[in-house]
Amino acid sequence: MSNDKTNKIGVYVCHCGTNISHTVDVAKVRDWAAEGLGSEGVVIARDYKFMCSSPGQELIEQDIKELGLDRVVVAACSPHLHELTFRNASKRAGLNPYLTELASIREQVSWVHTDKEAATEKAKAVVTGAVERVIENEPLEELKVAIHPDTLVVGGGIAGIQAALEIANAGKKVWLVEREASIGGHMAQFDKTFPTLDCAACILTPRMFEAGNHPNIELMTWSEVTNVAGYVGNFSVTIKKKPRYLKEELCTGCRICIEKCPTKVVDQGYEAGIGYRKAIYTSSAQAVPKYPVIDTENCNFFQKGTCKVCEKSCPTEAIDYEQKEEFLTVDVGNIILATGYDLFDARKVSNYGYGRLPNVFTSIEFERMCNAAGPTSGDIVLRDGKTTPKTVGIIHCVGSRDRNYNNYCSNICCMQSLKFAHLVKERTGDTVYDFYIDMRTPMKAYDEFYQRVLEEGTLFVRGKVAQVTDAARKASEEGKLMVQVEDTLIGKQRRIPVDMVILSIGMEPRHDAKETGKLFGIGCSANGWFTEKHAKLDPISTMTEGIFIAGTATGPKDIPTSVAQGSAAAARVLNMIMRGEVTLEPIKASVYQGQCSGCRICNSLCPFNAITFLEDRKVSEINPALCQGCGTCVAACPAGAISGTGFSNDQILAQIDGLLMDVTLADA
Amino acid sequence: MSKPKFAMYWSGSCGGCEIAVINIHEKILDVDANFDIAFWPVAMDAKVKDVEALEDEEILLCLWNGSIRNEENEHMAHLMRKKSKLLVSFGSCATEGCIPGLGNLFPVAELIDTAYTTLTTDNPDNIRPQTVTQVPEGEITIPAMKDRVHTLAQVVDVDYFMPGCPPESHQIAAVIDLVIEVLQGKAELPPKGAVIGAGHSTVCEECPRQRNLKAIKAFRRIQDVAPLDPELCILEQGVPCNGPATRSGCKARCPSVGAQCIGCYGPAEGVVDYGARLITAFASVIDSKDPEEIEQILDGIPDPAGQFYRFNLADSLFQAGAPAFKKNEV
Ligand SMILES: Cc1cc2nc3c(=O)[nH]c(=O)nc-3n(C[C@H](O)[C@H](O)[C@H](O)COP(=O)(O)OP(=O)(O)OC[C@H]3O[C@@H](n4cnc5c(N)ncnc54)[C@H](O)[C@@H]3O)c2cc1C
Ligand code: SF4
Ligand code: SF4
Repeated sequence: MSNDKTNKIGVYVCHCGTNISHTVDVAKVRDWAAEGLGSEGVVIARDYKFMCSSPGQELIEQDIKELGLDRVVVAACSPHLHELTFRNASKRAGLNPYLTELASIREQVSWVHTDKEAATEKAKAVVTGAVERVIENEPLEELKVAIHPDTLVVGGGIAGIQAALEIANAGKKVWLVEREASIGGHMAQFDKTFPTLDCAACILTPRMFEAGNHPNIELMTWSEVTNVAGYVGNFSVTIKKKPRYLKEELCTGCRICIEKCPTKVVDQGYEAGIGYRKAIYTSSAQAVPKYPVIDTENCNFFQKGTCKVCEKSCPTEAIDYEQKEEFLTVDVGNIILATGYDLFDARKVSNYGYGRLPNVFTSIEFERMCNAAGPTSGDIVLRDGKTTPKTVGIIHCVGSRDRNYNNYCSNICCMQSLKFAHLVKERTGDTVYDFYIDMRTPMKAYDEFYQRVLEEGTLFVRGKVAQVTDAARKASEEGKLMVQVEDTLIGKQRRIPVDMVILSIGMEPRHDAKETGKLFGIGCSANGWFTEKHAKLDPISTMTEGIFIAGTATGPKDIPTSVAQGSAAAARVLNMIMRGEVTLEPIKASVYQGQCSGCRICNSLCPFNAITFLEDRKVSEINPALCQGCGTCVAACPAGAISGTGFSNDQILAQIDGLLMDVTLADA
Repeated sequence: MSKPKFAMYWSGSCGGCEIAVINIHEKILDVDANFDIAFWPVAMDAKVKDVEALEDEEILLCLWNGSIRNEENEHMAHLMRKKSKLLVSFGSCATEGCIPGLGNLFPVAELIDTAYTTLTTDNPDNIRPQTVTQVPEGEITIPAMKDRVHTLAQVVDVDYFMPGCPPESHQIAAVIDLVIEVLQGKAELPPKGAVIGAGHSTVCEECPRQRNLKAIKAFRRIQDVAPLDPELCILEQGVPCNGPATRSGCKARCPSVGAQCIGCYGPAEGVVDYGARLITAFASVIDSKDPEEIEQILDGIPDPAGQFYRFNLADSLFQAGAPAFKKNEV
C-alpha cells in the first residue's frame, strides 16, 4: 500500500469541542497520521478544537498554499454536515475540492463508543482508510446546467395556491396541478377561520380566482402527475388529465346541466358526507375552474346507457361522453409539493361512537354544517336535519396524541375546537362543553381567542373522554349522549349529558403520501409526512434538489403557517430561477464501452432514465446530465463496465485496505 | 543454438487442461519445433530433480494448471516459479480455484470424511489417509492437504493468466503463436499480470441471442423450460445464465448451443468479486417489489454457491483479500 504517486497529504483531526476529544485521543490520532502514514504521503497532521471554524479552515488553506498539499483528509463529523465546508476551503486555496475527504470520527466513532482506547484505535483506522482512499481520488469538475424557468406546483390547497401566485406574480410560469375538480383544498370547506373569524370563502375565493385566471398559471385540475424524470433544473413531468366528459372550451359555467341532472348522490368529498350533489357537479358554486365533471359511477348514462339530460340541456353542446384521459409532458426546473393532509377516520375510536351514534359529528362535518352555503345553510342541527341541540360537547385530540392512533399533536384542533365553541354559542346560545387534554394556543392572537371563548361561557373540562354512549343509566339520561370523562382538575369521574358531540379529528399524511414521495424521489418520516432537508434550518427543502415542500404535506399546521411555507418555497424556486444555472455534483457513472457486453441488465434500472442502449453498437450509454450518481447501475453491471466517479473500485478497495491496516503495530 | 525450454505442470485439477493443449492438434508440432520440452509429467518422463538441476529462469515458458490443494502443490509452485521466466496460470483451477475451490466451503477433515464414507466407497475398516505411515520398509509420507485451496497467484508471483475450464483450444493455439512470434522478434509480450487468451468483455458480447430489457418473474432450471427459445437471451427466459458476468473468449459456446453459461472463463476485466457481481445483476432484474415474492423467485436458484461461485470461490473476496493472505500465510 505504499504510495507511488508521491502525494503530499494533510490530515486534520478535529476535537469538535469535546464531542470527539471526549472519547477519542485526538493527539494520538494526529501522531498516528503523521508518523504511521508518512510512508503513504502524509506530510502534515494537525489537530484543532473546531476545524469547521474560520481559523480551522484557514489552517487547511494555509497548508495547501505553503506546503503544496495535493490531498486533504479532515477527520471530523459526517460528510453530510461539513464535506462541502472543507471542500470549499480546499477550493479557495486552489486545490480541486474532490481531492478532500472527510473521515467521520464523530458520528461513526466518538458518538457511538465509550471505551476511549478502542475508540482511538478505530479513529486511526477510519483516518487510514480515508488517506488510502484520497490517494485514489481524481480531480473532478462540477457540471453546470441551465435551470428551466417554469415551475410545477402539485396540490391546489392554500399552500399550493400561495406558492403558485408568488411565482406567477414574479413573472414566471407555473403549472398548477390539482387532483380534484377545483382548487381550494380543505380551506374551501370551512365557514370561519380562527383566530380572526373571517369567513374562509371571503379570503380564499379571491385567491382561487386569481390563480385560475393568472396569465402565468397553467391550471390543470382533475389531473395528476404520473411520471417525473430528470433532475434539478430539468425535470420532465407527465401529467394525466382525467376526462371531465365536457369540453372546457365550450362550457360557460352556467350550471344548467347541474340543475337538470336527475341523479342526487351523497357528497363524501366536499360536503363531508352530510350534503348532496348531482352526478354532474362542481364542488361548490365558487369552484375554480367553473367546469363541472361527471361522476361516471353514479351517472345514469354511464351506468345504464340512457338519460343524457345534461347533453340535452347544455346550451353550448359542451358535454362529451366520449372524452378520454389525456397525457401531457411538460418541462420544469423546480417542483413544489403542497399535497396537504387527510383526516383521521373517527370510526377507529369506536368508543366515541362515530358512525353508530347519529349525533356524533366530525369536525369537518361540523365545518360544512356551519357554512352558510352548506347543506343546512349554516344552521346547527342534529342528524335529523331540524332539531337544534341544547347542549354540545366538543372532544379534542381524536386520533392525535394517542399511542393507539397517531402519537403526534395535530396542531390545529385546539384552536378549531375553540372556534366551534364560539360558533355554537354565537348561533344557538347552547351550553357548550369542551373536553381537552392540554390547551395548545401558542400562535399569534390564539391565546386571546381562548380567553374570549372562556368569557363567552363555554365549560371546559380537562380530561380525556373515555366514552360517548347513548345507553341511559337513569331516566334523566334518556335520549341524551352521555360523555364519560375524568375531570382531572377536580379529580372526579363525570358523566355529562349532551345532545350533540363534535369530534376534533386529527390530521394525517395523505393516504398516498408514500407513493407521491417515491414518484418525486423524496422521503417520508416514520409517521408518513414528507421529510424536510433540515427540520429547523431548511423546512421547505428536501434531500432531492429542486423539489420543495410546503403546507400540511410536511406535518400538521394552520393556515398562516401553510401560507408562509408556500411563499417560502416560492422564494426558493425564484432564487433558483434567478441563478439561472445549477452546479451538479460531478459524481457520475459512466460505461466503459470496451467492457460493456450489451447484456442490457442495467437498462431498466436507472431511476433517472439516464441509461440508453445503443442498438447499432450493442452497448449501453449513460447521459451524464441525467445521471445523479446514485450508483444503482454500478452495482448491477455484471461486467464491471460501469464505474462511478468518486466511488471507483480503486477508491473503495483502497479505503477497505486502509481500514484493515494494522494501526497499533506502527504505534509502538 | 539450443531451443528455449517449455514446461507444463498440473496440481489440483482434473487433467482437462492437458487434454485441451493436446487438442490443438498439429499445432503441438510447433511447440516441439520451437521449444525444448523440459518438464511435462503428463507427456514425457522427467523428474523433479531434473528441474531442480536447472538454472533459475532457465525454463522460458511454464504453463501451470491446477489449484494449490496440498503442500506438494505449493512446493512445486515455488520451484517452477523459480525456474521459469514466464509462469502462466493456465486454466480455471490455477487462476480461480475452480471446482477444487468449492472444497473451501468445508473444513478439510469433513471433505476427507465424506470422500471415505460415500455409499459407493468400499472402506470396511473405515480408514483415513495419513500423512505419515510406517511400513516394514520404513516410513512413507504423502503431502498434507492445506486447510484451504489457493489459486496459484495467491502462492507465487504469476506473469500471465489464462482462464477457462479448460481454455479453448483456439485460444491456446493463439497464445502459442504469440509466444513464438515474440521469440522471433515479431511481437511483444503483453504487460505482466495480463489476462491472455481471452476477451475483455463478457460472454454476452459473443452470444448470438437477442437481448431485451430484462424482467424476471421466476428462475428455472434449463430442463424445466421446454422448449427453450433458440433466439432469445437465456437469462430472459428465466434460466440463470452466468454469461453477463463471465469473461468473453469462448465464443459463447454454451449459450450458442442452448445451454446456459456456467462461468468457466471467470470474471470479466475489472470485476473484483465474480459471484457478488452476478448476485447484484440477477437481483436487479427480478421483476417484483414484494419481499415475499422476491424470496420465492430467489428460491428458483437452489444452489447459490454453485451458481455464483462454481469456478471462483477460492479467488473470491470471501477468501480474504490476496494481500492479507500473502502477509499472514506465506
Ligand atoms: C376542521 C378543520 C378546521 C380548520 N380550521 C382552520 C382555521 O380556522 N384556521 C386555520 O388557520 N387553519 C384551520 N385548519 C387547518 C387548515 O385546514 C390547513 O392549515 C390548510 O388547509 C392546509 O392547506 P394545504 O394547502 O397545506 O392542504 P390542503 O388544504 O389539504 O390542500 C392540498 C391540495 O392538494 C391536492 N392534492 C393532494 N394530493 C395531490 C396529488 N397527488 N396531486 C394533485 N393534487 C393533490 C388536494 O386535492 C388539495 O386540494 C383547519 C383544519 C381542520 C381539519
Ligand atoms: S449491465 Fe453493464 S455490460 Fe450490461 S449493458 Fe449495462 S453496462 Fe453493458
Ligand atoms: S449511477 Fe447509474 S443508475 Fe444511478 S443515476 Fe447514474 S446512470 Fe442512473
